Amino acid sequence: MEAGTSAVIRTLPEGLPSLARLREMGLLPGTRLTFVRRAPLGDPLEFMVRGALLSLRGTEASLITVEVQP
Amino acid sequence: MSTGVSPGMVYALVGNPNCGKTTLFNALTGLRQKVGNYPGVTIERKEGDCFSQHGVRLKLIDLPGSYSLNARSPDEAILRDVLLGRRSDTPRPQRIICVVDASNLERNLYLFTQVVELGLPVILVLNMVDVAESGGLRIDVPKLSERFGVPVVPMVASRKQGLVELKLAMSRADLPPPRALLDALPVPVRGALVRSREALAAAGVVSGTASPLEPLYLISGNDPTHYGIDAAALAIIRNARAQLEREIPGWEDRMVSARYDAIMAAMDEVLHRPATASATLTDRIDGLLLHRVWGWLALGGMLAFLFYLIFSAVEIPMNAIEDSFRWLSGKITSWMAPGDFRDLLTDGVISGVSGVLIFLPQILLLFFFIGLMEDTGYMARVAFLMDRIMSRVGLNGKSFLPILSSHACAVPGVMSARSIESPRDRLITILVAPLAACSARLPVYLLLIAAMVPTGAVPPLFKAGMMLGLYASGILAAFGFAWLFSSRILPGKPSPLILELPGYKMPAFSSILRQMWSRAWMFIRRAGTVIMGLSILLWAASTYPKLPTPAGQEPDKSAALAHSMAGRLGHFIEPVLRPMGADWKIGVGLVSSFAAREVFVSSMSVIYSVEEQDGDDDDTLRGRLRDRLRDEKRPDGSPVYTPALCVSLMIFFVFAMQCLSTIAVVRRETNSWKWALFQLAFMTGTGYLLAVAAWQTAQFLGL
Repeated sequence: MEAGTSAVIRTLPEGLPSLARLREMGLLPGTRLTFVRRAPLGDPLEFMVRGALLSLRGTEASLITVEVQP
Repeated sequence: MSTGVSPGMVYALVGNPNCGKTTLFNALTGLRQKVGNYPGVTIERKEGDCFSQHGVRLKLIDLPGSYSLNARSPDEAILRDVLLGRRSDTPRPQRIICVVDASNLERNLYLFTQVVELGLPVILVLNMVDVAESGGLRIDVPKLSERFGVPVVPMVASRKQGLVELKLAMSRADLPPPRALLDALPVPVRGALVRSREALAAAGVVSGTASPLEPLYLISGNDPTHYGIDAAALAIIRNARAQLEREIPGWEDRMVSARYDAIMAAMDEVLHRPATASATLTDRIDGLLLHRVWGWLALGGMLAFLFYLIFSAVEIPMNAIEDSFRWLSGKITSWMAPGDFRDLLTDGVISGVSGVLIFLPQILLLFFFIGLMEDTGYMARVAFLMDRIMSRVGLNGKSFLPILSSHACAVPGVMSARSIESPRDRLITILVAPLAACSARLPVYLLLIAAMVPTGAVPPLFKAGMMLGLYASGILAAFGFAWLFSSRILPGKPSPLILELPGYKMPAFSSILRQMWSRAWMFIRRAGTVIMGLSILLWAASTYPKLPTPAGQEPDKSAALAHSMAGRLGHFIEPVLRPMGADWKIGVGLVSSFAAREVFVSSMSVIYSVEEQDGDDDDTLRGRLRDRLRDEKRPDGSPVYTPALCVSLMIFFVFAMQCLSTIAVVRRETNSWKWALFQLAFMTGTGYLLAVAAWQTAQFLGL
């Protein structure tokens, strides 16, 4: 994804403790998010979700599948 | 006839991190607050008194900020346990004020949907409505209130806007319990929870009248601490969890979705969003501060400015503190007859107190900057920028600031590690932060560099390079040990980084100053008492037993020190020190420097009888001590302070834990002597072994 693109979350693996908190922070299948930027050193990544700016590492972000929206 | 709230009613403040909860707590309680710790954990416990609109005194508890009641860290467990009335040290709140960030309503309401299910009356505070409005969001307050059955108060807590309305709501005698959103739960989950409540009630873990949801928060998540729950009851909780997991796989995930569905349905009615989102101020500032060039320059510039203040501007108050204690000790010397009691006051008590207070300006300044960075929202950006580097050694971006602060003083560094949620990352950060070259090492390094290389013999750049090398060794040591601990000693998965980057806001200086002072006061109280006691002990060790002095003769301080316990201790440990090239005199200096590193310089002056003269400043005193060190000879006539010895001592000072304040603070922050002593052992042990290795290598090479 390029900075500024929006996407909708398709799947989030269930039962992973590292993703449980993200779910509680509103990252659920069907949630729209915008990729804001990469940190200058390449990791972590910053997303806009439900009006909040959230940052996670590539390791966690790569577990989430999204569908890019125009 | 009374229609208002009953006096002494206990309110709890809950909310997400960064929702302005603490600002609201300060606005409500003013100076009537008590800050302490929950027993057994180092989580700040804040309680205060406030008055209802009709002057009735109410109690307010500020609970740790959290995104959810499904506890995943010790602070979140405190939040849950206080709300459920499970902590014997804190009264169960009778009412809850739930603070949400109005500009981020959906996510903030998640915690609210959990809180209303506890069955207590709730007041919903929509904080920062000004930010929401400037973003084009419109919230239908009456409809929101009707939907959830709770009073809703729009506020701007930082400007005390809406405070009267909140106090009016708090004053109501008849606050109704909210409409619980139980129907948001999937039916099989609800059934399973009712069954586990029965089992837990039979075991006495929850009361029979508890909400069916109480077991939910006990059995969900990866709770680190089950406060006050015995092993048998814990087994029931584990079983209930396993059973739910079998019957309804992914039940927790389904519950989260159900809650968000309920929130989204409410938002459709209540929230009006602008058609197009415009770039906010936060976006524009982040464009600069997280930029791949400007971001680093801004961070570097800010840190350079901070360290400039720490190392130069703070000199003025530090000197003032030193001078005033010197003045006081001079006054006592002239008022009192010479004797042990006078020496106890001047050399024991006063030097102990001043040894603690001398670092207070630095500590206050660091706490102020840390508070400023936290309050404006920049702290999260620093963690975002630095995470990649810190993750290389198994830490996360939030560990950067504690380690950086430790370059001024490890005390605020260790205390600021509280902002790291993961207990494992926090412990590793606390263990390695004191390896950073703190400012108390600076006078020792300056003395040893001066003793090692004669002025004029090498270009000044060489000395600067050595100093830089010593600082770099500290950083490398901290990173190296962090790597070692995270991969070998405390294995376990590094916790994932989930970092919220809150919107930038103007700092609330009054709360920053209040927090700065309360942290500093905690340091003075805890570390101060330990240091005062030990510095009296140290004074006694370097005074007794006394060397008999013939009447009318000036006592020889150097000989007296050699005769004292400290001197004997120096002799006693000499065999241990010889492999690193040191003799008993250095041993006395090292023993005394375990109180605080900079004491090394003053005790070396005593040992070598380098007397302070009127009008001396630190530089000239250090200069004379340096000359005296260069003249010091071994019994065979060779100089003692060879470059090899100086290097060996420098290495020792880079690694060794020689700071009672830090030990006292680490003991407090980790809540165990075990980690404080482990740190003392690994740091000092490494320092000793490497110093021995350096000296032996130099001997072998004939240097």
